[in-house]
Amino acid sequence: MKLIDKMVTCKINNIEVTVEQGTTVLEAAKKANVDIPTLCHLDLHELGAVNQSANCRVCVVENEDRGNLVPSCAEKVTEGMKIQTDTKKAVMGRRTSLELLLSNHPKDCLTCVKNLDCELQTLANEMNMQEIHYTGEMMSHPIDDSSGAILKNPNKCIMCRRCTTMCDEMQTVGVLSPLKRGFDVVVATAFHLDLGETSCTYCGQCVTVCPTAALAELPQTASVWRRLNNENRHTVVQVAPAVRVAIGEMFGYEPGEISTGKLVSALRRLGFDAVFDTNFGADLTIVEEAKELVDRIENDKPLPMLTSCCPAWVQFIEQQFPELLDIPSSCKSPQSMVGALSKTYYADNVGIDPKNVRMVSVMPCVAKKAEAAREELNQDGQSDVDYVITTRELARMIKEAAIDFRTLPEDSFDDILGESTGASTIFGATGGVIEAATRTAYEMMTGKELKNVDLKQMRGMEGIRETSVQVGEKTLKIGIAHELGNARKLLEDIRDGKSDFDAIEIMACPGGCIGGGGQPYHHGDTSVLDKRRKALYAMDTKMTRRKSHENEMVQRLYEDYLGKPGSQKAHQLLHTTYSAKARI
Amino acid sequence: MKETVTDIKDLDKELLGKLDEHIATLDLTRKEESLIPTLYKAQELFGYLPHNLQWHIARQLDLPSAHVNGVVTFYSFFSEEPMGKYTISVCMGTACFVKGADKVLDKILKLTGTQPNEMSEDGLFTVKDVRCIGACGLAPVLTINEKVYGNVTPDDMDEIIESYRKGAADDKDS
Repeated sequence: MKLIDKMVTCKINNIEVTVEQGTTVLEAAKKANVDIPTLCHLDLHELGAVNQSANCRVCVVENEDRGNLVPSCAEKVTEGMKIQTDTKKAVMGRRTSLELLLSNHPKDCLTCVKNLDCELQTLANEMNMQEIHYTGEMMSHPIDDSSGAILKNPNKCIMCRRCTTMCDEMQTVGVLSPLKRGFDVVVATAFHLDLGETSCTYCGQCVTVCPTAALAELPQTASVWRRLNNENRHTVVQVAPAVRVAIGEMFGYEPGEISTGKLVSALRRLGFDAVFDTNFGADLTIVEEAKELVDRIENDKPLPMLTSCCPAWVQFIEQQFPELLDIPSSCKSPQSMVGALSKTYYADNVGIDPKNVRMVSVMPCVAKKAEAAREELNQDGQSDVDYVITTRELARMIKEAAIDFRTLPEDSFDDILGESTGASTIFGATGGVIEAATRTAYEMMTGKELKNVDLKQMRGMEGIRETSVQVGEKTLKIGIAHELGNARKLLEDIRDGKSDFDAIEIMACPGGCIGGGGQPYHHGDTSVLDKRRKALYAMDTKMTRRKSHENEMVQRLYEDYLGKPGSQKAHQLLHTTYSAKARI
Repeated sequence: MKETVTDIKDLDKELLGKLDEHIATLDLTRKEESLIPTLYKAQELFGYLPHNLQWHIARQLDLPSAHVNGVVTFYSFFSEEPMGKYTISVCMGTACFVKGADKVLDKILKLTGTQPNEMSEDGLFTVKDVRCIGACGLAPVLTINEKVYGNVTPDDMDEIIESYRKGAADDKDS
């Protein structure tokens, strides 16, 4: 028996619509093809987060019978309800709401990081907002750049609560909360601590949904420009897998457009001395990680092994589950591995002083900025990675340099840290790392060739996935989670001894890195994530080599420099440690 | 110096023990609902809710500190600053306001030499302007600790405040 099977019929702008009881006016209007502007409303139910705070009042419509204005995002349809969205009262009501929001908003759009990508600005344009009649007190809160990853400017906040919805519901971290009340309300950290002092993981999911620039990445493009075309420096760059299937969106391509070749061209035009592929680091990570997994299984060491390439996830386990720090893989992330090698192996190879090498990485992620600053990730006092810019920041640099991205020729990465396999490509999607690791671990453990490399049972967008793979005598039990709320469930089971997985992959962002905090804004359209994800798997199938250990340049690296996977030198350069952090 | 909210060494151990005993009696499957009663108890024990105490409560209830701090800063009942022996809460709800609560408040601030939410130098008084306390029939109304004073005028306040000063002095003598 269906519990909710009652249908109700209403009229929206005199169009009759029949919907399930409990449907909001906004959803019913969509069904009637009636557009209602929204601002605070955000429906990401596919990703487990819905913001229905009805705070901004930008979506008010007129209830004809009662003659009052109701917020369409929260008002439920009732039988016989008559709604008008375009009466003067409704239009002026929405206008006043927006005008009041703008009266307390710094109007520095021209130099704002969200210029032309801002939902508040778009709405002001669509609502023909040419004058703001209200003047009054403006908020003046300090700007917080303490985290090195996220720039928090509460003065641009419109109190939509999207950020707290993501942090509470999706990530279960809860770093932000509205404090105080009335005009004094500010969405802030506990006790107004600096973001860098809290349990923020820097996943940046708050940034992906902020309709203004109250939360954005901490920009590093100015520092990168300073290093480019600098005679005294050898500035190299690496690009993460998820960037190449998303950056095209910033240049008018459809989501999922594969722009690897143009991306490499653009980086060379910007003046980088060498262009490396984080995918090379991903292949190397897999070889080291698979080796570690095999060692843990064969020698009765702690299981499950957790992947460790997602920096937000690493922060999360250090803060929320400090008692479990013996189970993440000790492998550095691909970003950090490529960084470490650029200042050792690569510098040796081309005969330059490692001190003059500067590594810039282009990441779909804001947490990578904080990862680069981790004390553990350095060689002889030199950070593995010096600057991290997001997909968005790189796109802005390309535009700034007046490079016409769409007409760029295809180019390829510098071989030495640039070759990659299909296995590394899928790192950017949830389930991809563990699929790549399984492809290699299978061959390491059995000594036999894995015929079917498409381990499709590991793919998908479900929040938590469980599967197993037969590897010789052993049944390898695999768990996969994306979004930190889902990760929390798996970790609680491990802590309580209720888990029997051998290996678990965790990614903090929805869909994995393709949905990272540094990617082009999806503005609530989650189909974008799926298109990027599918593009990565399509790239994988087109590659001739699809197992990380078959990467010839990785093989050469071991022969010439590291010795064997898991060797002492490999440990020194490619592995790291974790430490417990306070949960705030 | 930066504040370390995770350091609770300066909190009175005996009081903290009492608070933890109280928390142990709660149904922590309903932690969100347990928060306000816990804060109430903590303020009763400690007199106010310093940041490290809020952090301790957050950890005990397994809630993010930001949520705890959000609740504490939302309700004017809760205080993050030390409070005087007597808390004077002047209702600034609509009914009280139109009947002159602001003048009553001004008079009290003058008599105690404080600003709203600040403790007086002698440690006797903290004056708060609070939202409607639900006693509009007595407007303008104020409470001093648990005691309710209705239909007050600014002139009444001289005598009322003096009686508390005297009461405190007598307590000291005895």
